Amino acid sequence: MADVYLNSKFIGVTDDMVNFVDDVKDLRRKGTLPEGVNVYFDKEANEVHIFADEGRARRPVIIIKEGKSLLTEKQLKQLAEGEISWLDLVRQGVIEYLDAAEEENALVAYREEDLTADHTHMEISPVVISGITTSLVPFGNYNQSSRLIIGSKNQKQALGFYAANYHLRMDMDVSLLHYPQKPIVKTKINDVVNYDEHPSGQNMVVAVMCYDGYNMEDGVILNKASVEKGLARSTYFRPVSVEELRYSGGLIDEISVPDKDVKGYKSEQDYRFLEGDGIIYPEAKVGEGDVIIGRTSPPRFLSSLDEYNLSNSARRESSISLKHGEHGVADFVVVTENEEGNKLVQVRLREERIPEIGDKFTSRHGQKGVTGILVPLQDIPFSASGIVPDLIFTPHGISSRMTISHLIELIGAKVGALAGRYIDGTLFESEKEEDLRSELLDLGFREDGTEIFFDGRTGKQMLAKIYVGNMYYLRLRHMVANKMQSRARGPIQLLTRQPTEGKAKEGGLRLGEMEKDTLIAHGASLLLKERFDADRIILPVCEQSGLMGFYDFRKNGRAISPLFGENSEMSDIEMSYAFKLLLDEIRSLGLYVKLNLKNKY
Amino acid sequence: MKKEHEELIESYADKLSLSVLDEVKITVPADITKEKLSKIMEEIVAAYESAKVNPGECVGLVSAESIGEPGTQMTLNTFHFAGVSEMNVTTGLPRIIEIFDAQKEIKTPTMEIYLESKYNNLDAVKKFAAKIKETLLGELVEEYSLNIFEQTLKLTLNKGLLKDYDLTGKEIIKNFKTKMKNFNLDSEDNTIIFTHKGKAEEIKELYNLKEKVKDVKIKGIKGIKQVLPVKRGGEYVILTSGTNLKEVLELDEVDSQRTFCNDIYEIYEVLGIEAARQAIINEVYKVIQAQGLNIDIRHIMLVADIMCANGIVKGVTRYGVVSEKASVLARASFETPIKHLINAALEGEVDNLTSVVENVMINQPVPLGTGLPGLVTKMK
Repeated sequence: MADVYLNSKFIGVTDDMVNFVDDVKDLRRKGTLPEGVNVYFDKEANEVHIFADEGRARRPVIIIKEGKSLLTEKQLKQLAEGEISWLDLVRQGVIEYLDAAEEENALVAYREEDLTADHTHMEISPVVISGITTSLVPFGNYNQSSRLIIGSKNQKQALGFYAANYHLRMDMDVSLLHYPQKPIVKTKINDVVNYDEHPSGQNMVVAVMCYDGYNMEDGVILNKASVEKGLARSTYFRPVSVEELRYSGGLIDEISVPDKDVKGYKSEQDYRFLEGDGIIYPEAKVGEGDVIIGRTSPPRFLSSLDEYNLSNSARRESSISLKHGEHGVADFVVVTENEEGNKLVQVRLREERIPEIGDKFTSRHGQKGVTGILVPLQDIPFSASGIVPDLIFTPHGISSRMTISHLIELIGAKVGALAGRYIDGTLFESEKEEDLRSELLDLGFREDGTEIFFDGRTGKQMLAKIYVGNMYYLRLRHMVANKMQSRARGPIQLLTRQPTEGKAKEGGLRLGEMEKDTLIAHGASLLLKERFDADRIILPVCEQSGLMGFYDFRKNGRAISPLFGENSEMSDIEMSYAFKLLLDEIRSLGLYVKLNLKNKY
Repeated sequence: MKKEHEELIESYADKLSLSVLDEVKITVPADITKEKLSKIMEEIVAAYESAKVNPGECVGLVSAESIGEPGTQMTLNTFHFAGVSEMNVTTGLPRIIEIFDAQKEIKTPTMEIYLESKYNNLDAVKKFAAKIKETLLGELVEEYSLNIFEQTLKLTLNKGLLKDYDLTGKEIIKNFKTKMKNFNLDSEDNTIIFTHKGKAEEIKELYNLKEKVKDVKIKGIKGIKQVLPVKRGGEYVILTSGTNLKEVLELDEVDSQRTFCNDIYEIYEVLGIEAARQAIINEVYKVIQAQGLNIDIRHIMLVADIMCANGIVKGVTRYGVVSEKASVLARASFETPIKHLINAALEGEVDNLTSVVENVMINQPVPLGTGLPGLVTKMK
């Protein structure tokens, strides 16, 4: 006797749970009950659950009866010829959708060979155990699962053809790969998701070898000639947007070329790309400091009347200009309105990104690496037949990570490129490695994929044979051009007078606590002092009261003590501004911090 | 050794330490010529001088870096012993933190008990191990039966265990007969019966009794929860979980010179501060060796010295070593700044800026290394 629940609501009891559940299933397969009904017998709780509500994740499986698949060859043929559709199979009760609950009662086989009398269902394909991006890794079943995950994560960061209407869009921080290619080694999922219509990589000739250590620690070496011919080249887009804000009192920003008497006017040179409407013209090549959109804002505080009357001269400059280290080409201009009805101007900047040292590349197997060097064509190793690699990958990346699929793809794509066909690398259903190898042998190459190589610099034959072939490589969105930053001197924080932090603020790189310790450990205490001189100040300190004084410029700039006035001994003391701030803060707690002065020598 | 040789060696007493001189006396061959010996002595002086730490060398910071840097690698590979024979003792970073913070309650207190040679045979060791293991009554009981009508509690003891421990019910009763005021005790074979004197109003009292007798110590030493005799290089050593150094050292079978525990605080209380210092060094070094790291033992010795400098064990925490710092600013920059600043203000403390952190704060040269020496000139 078990309780029966419909959508988690009690509706009755049954004595014969197994038959009850089977009856419900049969009725659903016959079509008497809707296809969306799932039924499940919970043995431990002794409850039968029928679910017919919305919002359950379900997946299709083939029904098995007495160890035999209900899906017949005939039906497959009909399906291939378009006589019947997927929905027909569902209606015929050949395929059904299981939800998480009904899966608990099901025993699902991965493939036909595994079928036993106990099985109730079979997967449509073993590929379905992985998601879309994971299934895009070719030969994925040869890998450690963690590498498979990394491989699929990397693919999400790859540059490609991200949207067909990219030229009308104002996406933040996107790139477009020039000449994307279909992968030679593909999976069935590639076809399912129309990957060929929006690919995100290129088929490169890859040699697995070292080259003077420029690819150590996950580096990759690029062929400079390939790069100059357009390998992995991309365009980077970044929009700049400005709106005319409304302020209280009917005041409003104005997008225009600022007048010369506006507060904070830059220089005429900076505004040279602006047209009459205050917006840059398309195809203008802009660099650091150039104004993209000219704008003036009303004054911040309306204190006195006379300032109010000179309205124009009191306006502030609030143009958008390129920050430190930025450059590009004005690509596309949009003038529109935002939700509040304010004028909105957007300018998209475009920049061609040629692969350079520090740009990130990856294969589809979690084997990412950063470019270590671009080797000129004359120095690059070449094979006996004159083949030159586009990319040199380090052999040390394989041993510890055990990404066998990376190695198999190399052979697979080599066969594909030579035989002029696509190779199937679908998870569990890929073409066999032995077949690929023997086909490679038939094509006139060594069966193990290696070739005799010569050093491009000396022309001498290399001692080892080099594992070389084609691979589908992806350029990842992390490019040095967006990340590189340096500073010798620059902006400081208002409060502490110490250098700002972060690339956006042109900040410094902090010499932190532990770095400080290393200098002390070396006994370089004067060097350390010099390093921390960034917020150095010299203050007059009263010898009697121990308080910091000030210079009185009404009395020819003499230092004055806050307690003893002019009748005091004042000494100039050097300290860090942050410490002065600390003293001020302690003083604000009501503590009298006294500086006892003493001659150092 | 010739007398002139001895005199020559003695003449270096102002340049070399006594232990070095003694070592030379022992190792130098007797037939050495005087010239050779004096050359050797000069070499030793040179080596000794170059091994000395320079004035202004910040040994503490170098120690901190030398322990801290390999310590970062330690966090990730805290491994556990698999198997029955070893006991699971805290190792790795958690143990290091435990020692350096001088925590009073450590996670896995253990002892290594060495035995006098005449007790060092399998039978004696087994007997001794059984003797010191703390046994509670609850461990022996097979069945409790409460009789509400007769107001009795009957314990049935496990016969096998009784035999192992060489006990009878009657002997057990002796242990706590005096403590039982409201109950009469009786024993038959392997059962103990508690009968309530007079009339009890509630069954609760009987039930409380049942819980209470579970924790009654029957034999052994308090705190020794488990014993594990291990054969180590031809002799038996008893590893224990739980410590009671004081009582174990008093036993006749125990070699009190070598027996120790891993609880620094207990060693300090029983054996004194020098033993505690050595225990800190040994325990930390043991962890470092187990992790396969290579840290010079002198770094650890320095930390142990600092921790024990005042005659009591102080942890490297804001309540311990750090609270001893002379500088207010240095203490405030570590943890709980406001507490230190306010206390300093109440006491009118003066910071003489003699150490590192405070000088970095106010941007003055640190009085170490090149910042230490000053130039003295005569003013006319």
